[in-house]
Amino acid sequence: MTTHENVVEVRELRKIYGHFAAVDGIDFDIHRGETFALLGPNGAGKSTTIEILEGYRDRTSGDARVLGVDPGRGGLDWKARLGIVLQSSGESGNVTVIEQLRHFAALYPNPRDVDEVIAAVGLQEKAGTLIRKLSGGQRRRVDVAVGIVGRPELLFLDEPTTGFDPEARRSFWDLIRTLQSEGTTILLTTHYLDEAAQLGDRAGVIAGGRMVDLAPIGELGGADARTPLVRWREAGEQREQRTDAPGALVAALIDRLGPEPDALEVIRPSLEDVYLDLIGRETSTSDDAEPTTTETEVAR
Amino acid sequence: MSATTSTTPAPRTTSHAVGSSILRAIRLGGLRIGYEVRAYFRQGDTVFFTFLFPVVMLTIFSVSFSQASFGQTVDGDDVSAAWFYLPAMLAAGLLLSGVQNLAIDIALEKSDGTLKRLAGSPLPVVSYFIGKLGQSFVTGLAQAAVLLALGFTVFGVPLPEEPQNWLVFAWVFVLGVVTSAILGIALSAVPRSGKSATAVVIPITLVLQFISGVYLAFSNLPDWLQNFASVFPLKWMAQGMRSVFLPEELVILEPNESWELPGVALVLGLWLVVGLVLARLTFRWIRKDS
Repeated sequence: MTTHENVVEVRELRKIYGHFAAVDGIDFDIHRGETFALLGPNGAGKSTTIEILEGYRDRTSGDARVLGVDPGRGGLDWKARLGIVLQSSGESGNVTVIEQLRHFAALYPNPRDVDEVIAAVGLQEKAGTLIRKLSGGQRRRVDVAVGIVGRPELLFLDEPTTGFDPEARRSFWDLIRTLQSEGTTILLTTHYLDEAAQLGDRAGVIAGGRMVDLAPIGELGGADARTPLVRWREAGEQREQRTDAPGALVAALIDRLGPEPDALEVIRPSLEDVYLDLIGRETSTSDDAEPTTTETEVAR
Repeated sequence: MSATTSTTPAPRTTSHAVGSSILRAIRLGGLRIGYEVRAYFRQGDTVFFTFLFPVVMLTIFSVSFSQASFGQTVDGDDVSAAWFYLPAMLAAGLLLSGVQNLAIDIALEKSDGTLKRLAGSPLPVVSYFIGKLGQSFVTGLAQAAVLLALGFTVFGVPLPEEPQNWLVFAWVFVLGVVTSAILGIALSAVPRSGKSATAVVIPITLVLQFISGVYLAFSNLPDWLQNFASVFPLKWMAQGMRSVFLPEELVILEPNESWELPGVALVLGLWLVVGLVLARLTFRWIRKDS
């Protein structure tokens, strides 16, 4: 693709509740065929943003286009092109997995094969089971199956793998890769950075309602963020230095301070470190972020 | 769980057009009916409190008052408790299958995310309503069949032989269940949460049953209460059902000593219109900014 066709366009998007700006002027595009990950702590504005794009919430100001349509005015034709996996589902579940999927498939003009979808989410053995009798992770897989059965052009995945065991998560990733290879555009929110790294082409990091960074996943935080960091203690003082040649620095330290410099560490920042650094920077500078939420988030 | 076998790319705009045809809305409405009825009978508490409740009450009244006479026919036969209560329970069934069932059901669906999921799908709102109406109709019909079968076979209630009576039964049933269903949809907007739905709805339906001649003989109620009850549809449904199943002689117990069938049609019709307007004004897939 030489020119990017934008499936989602967001400009200066704001959502104000009373005096609180849940979303405070964010911009991003999602290109056709791309998987875009929206990252950020709870309360940062991820879900508000995604629900505005899904048509569930009205925006206070700014502009949004989803598949060329204002999501506040999307009709049935527009909805038929979307797949939505909501954050939570507590439905009574008095139908079986296969009944649910057949029913939802019938709502769409060009649905996927129901048996294939059930197989794709690994629920063949549960096809005839009432949804309310499934485990939490299995119900989540039904949600995903319902989200993709209509063969969406654009798929919203709001924390899709919460409650999955590691094996189910890996299988889910495989499923998403298949959808990606078929050209589906995906907007993903997740708490799991490895998930974003595995699936995402680009990511936006939201904190306090603002986009603090937006880049290909491997470039989040800027070039410096992944430069190794050497830390040591010298004359009772904590010292650190970013360097592309940590070995040379350590050798120099050994020359200067002896064979075992005090508290020597060489740190290669992981995506998680970069992310936490971004979030931390934002929460320390912004007044409306909720630090307690951020900390529980960090713990995950 | 490896991969979907389909390799066709996600198609573009053109193939996704669903159109806005009425035919599609009706076809999907039909699918919704099947889906809703199936789910209804798998929900234990609804089956008991909505579907079987009139059946249980008919049994209790018939057995408890088995020695009592509720009037006499021209031939000098006693009108048994089962005979007297059968039309009352048929009317109560209409109210429960419509108002109680749907008001609680939709309020729960609003709070548990069912409506949110549907709101994100290309299901027309009309199809959803057709599904709910159909669910009330089908389950109400099954309920009426169970009541009639129980009354006839177990308690020996004589059923009318005149086609004329069954014609009245048909229109009172259809108008009653449709009006109740629409009012149920309108009432579903009142509970603020799924948890409060039963607490809001059941007192309303219960009081209506007591003042409308379902549990207590309407003729024994004081005039002011009769007049008050006459504002609401249940009194008229019960009266319509009595006109079908009770011996003609008992008409003297009715207000104005008449079955007042035109009044039944008029009041139910008015409530139907009121319900449609309220449902149209209040129903939302989701509360947008809650």
